[in-house]
Amino acid sequence: MNIFIQGMGCVSPQHTTGGPFLAEIREYEGNRLKAVEPDYKQWIDLKLIRRMGRVVKMGVAAAKLSLQEAAVVMPDAIITGTAYGCLDDTGVFLSKMINQQEEMLTPTAFIQSTHNTVGGQIALLLGCNACNNTFVHKAFSFESALLDSIMMLREGAVQHILTGGVDEITDHSHAILSRFGLYKQAPIRNTALLQSATKGTIAGEGAAFFTLGTEMTAHTVARLTGVSTLYRPADIPEITGALQVFLSSHACGPEDIDLLICGRNGNADEDGVYEAITQALFPQTAVAGFKHLSGEYPTAAAFATWMAARILQLQELSPGVLISGTAPAKIRKILICNGYQGTHYSFILLAHPNI
Amino acid sequence: MSGNVWIAGGGVICGIGTDLQACLEAFAQMQPGMQDMQYLRSIHRGVLPVAEVKADNAALAARAGMPEHISRTALLSKIAAEEAWASSGLGARAQYRVGFVSANTVGGMDKTEEFFASYLQHPPSGGRLQQVVHHECGSVTELVADAMGIRHHVTTISTACSSGANALMYGARLIRNNIADVVIAGGTDALTRFTLNGFNTLMILDQAACRPFDDTRTGLNLGEGAGYVVLVSDAIAATLPQAPWCRLSGYANANDAYHQTASSPEGTGNYLAMKGALEMSGLQPEDIAYINLHGTGTQNNDDSEARAIQRLFAPHYPPMSSTKSFTGHTLGASGGIEAVFAALAVQQGIIYPNAHFTTPMKECPLVPATTFSSGNRIPHVMSNSFGFSGSCSCLVFSETV
Repeated sequence: MNIFIQGMGCVSPQHTTGGPFLAEIREYEGNRLKAVEPDYKQWIDLKLIRRMGRVVKMGVAAAKLSLQEAAVVMPDAIITGTAYGCLDDTGVFLSKMINQQEEMLTPTAFIQSTHNTVGGQIALLLGCNACNNTFVHKAFSFESALLDSIMMLREGAVQHILTGGVDEITDHSHAILSRFGLYKQAPIRNTALLQSATKGTIAGEGAAFFTLGTEMTAHTVARLTGVSTLYRPADIPEITGALQVFLSSHACGPEDIDLLICGRNGNADEDGVYEAITQALFPQTAVAGFKHLSGEYPTAAAFATWMAARILQLQELSPGVLISGTAPAKIRKILICNGYQGTHYSFILLAHPNI
Repeated sequence: MSGNVWIAGGGVICGIGTDLQACLEAFAQMQPGMQDMQYLRSIHRGVLPVAEVKADNAALAARAGMPEHISRTALLSKIAAEEAWASSGLGARAQYRVGFVSANTVGGMDKTEEFFASYLQHPPSGGRLQQVVHHECGSVTELVADAMGIRHHVTTISTACSSGANALMYGARLIRNNIADVVIAGGTDALTRFTLNGFNTLMILDQAACRPFDDTRTGLNLGEGAGYVVLVSDAIAATLPQAPWCRLSGYANANDAYHQTASSPEGTGNYLAMKGALEMSGLQPEDIAYINLHGTGTQNNDDSEARAIQRLFAPHYPPMSSTKSFTGHTLGASGGIEAVFAALAVQQGIIYPNAHFTTPMKECPLVPATTFSSGNRIPHVMSNSFGFSGSCSCLVFSETV
């Protein structure tokens, strides 16, 4: 059974909700990339917008764009991946609870802090009674949502699944995660991130949703061939071994990959893995990066999936994404190889719909 | 993409017992677990009863074989997951492709609360990072997976109070799609001030013992704990030293799409989940011999759930009860804990009692079971779990023949 991306939507630190595909890179100075938020009024009632957290609005916008592009009115399931969930509302309720010593609290922030708020709000806005699930597993959140969607489509009981990944940065989360040494200390421009030789990366955020189905339509963007995760690999040979098993389970090998999109994030401690994988399996393959566009966050693979599918559809590489090599004239297969903090790796394989 | 999914074992720790056998004895002796708070520090101590696990973190850590300073949610999870595994008789985990699919609602929030108090006093440098490093829901799951040496497939689900049930569904799919041989699936949640105060602002906490499906009900009591089943494929089931408990024959997840926190008056999502699970199992309503209700004890939930049951089952109702009248509402753990109770109900013919029931609801007079019995013939059991954001899930367990 083939699974196709019928439509997709993306809110990110780049201009991704309209206009030409990543025509120019939006440049940032500093270690935090903030999503460029669209005018939400085009999808959400003004009264609701005021009450919704930013992560919910980003998720709803990406979901609505995805359904619009696919020309699907009502999905048969909504599966969301979010590592951090609704951080802003969590922080608001937690702060008030502590500052007010558990007294005089109001429910709004607590209600909105629940991890399945994004999926629930999409269902509420659509009036969608179908299956609704939310995965919250760090850098496997989006991958688990994709895998669950693929398994449900294979079971044959559903036609269209809306699935995606979303995470937000808040002032509190950025301050706390900075203390763990995740982000660069010295001034940095995102356009120079992938060439950086220092430790740390740049924080990012965003939402990307996909309408998946099993039939090719006039709207089909790309084929979603498969997804796999690898938790705590012992060493690089285990990663390359798992990658080869993954590719052969989808009847192809490294030589069939026309473009490798890797999760380089400019952290000198992490990027060596991609060098090693490229040398071992993809010495001749064109390699692209994406985290200088999206920033680093646990569901960033959703942004990469959006970018890969659009490259397959338009057959054009946006400026500034290629790290090495030259992409062939015809891009048929793209492999996303993403890593997160040296513990979580995922492989997502996409193909042009006609092959 | 085919084949059966079997329940090879289960483990529970909650307010009525620190293992499954202790829980069964509490049911048999009609001893609900709600008391004044002993371990959670909150201004609501002495006012809001809760069903705490009767052990401090030091005792739980010793039993779990984990450090005392980590989240209580992880300690509870490890204890129940280990009990589940041991009960399956599967032996060394290294011989299988093992998955761990765990649910929780607030991750390591119990520790984040401590961190945040210091952090807010001296931002951004206040607070010890060790207390916030496992804030994420997924981090709690990984602490347990790492301690149990599970690496093949690890993930976390969070859909509020239906989370645990959804973990079983995803686990079953992993087995049916030949991605895993064995999956430990369920959920965990420790009491936190965050959730206690959150539910308190919604004004759905009863200051007395909760009374699910009773006309006098005025809210729920929160509880804590963890519960996991061990799901296995046909091939693994054939190798078990003893027969599996039962089969996970049906499941469905539906959304109420009505309100962020409230259930629709007619219980649309509840009805669709129960109907979907029945259809998947190939059963008729009259085949169900016991329903483990979601039954929180709030006005809104019990009313909607009862109406949905009425719509699906009328005029013949199977015995039903809410075990939350004993365990309290354990949120992300409840779907896992109640899945273990439901699976055991099939294996041992158990009907669990509903505590504190006296008066049927005026609007929908269903009468739950009020005494414990075992050795009944219970071929099929339904377990309901509903939550915020309209999340509605239903599992059906069936006898092994």
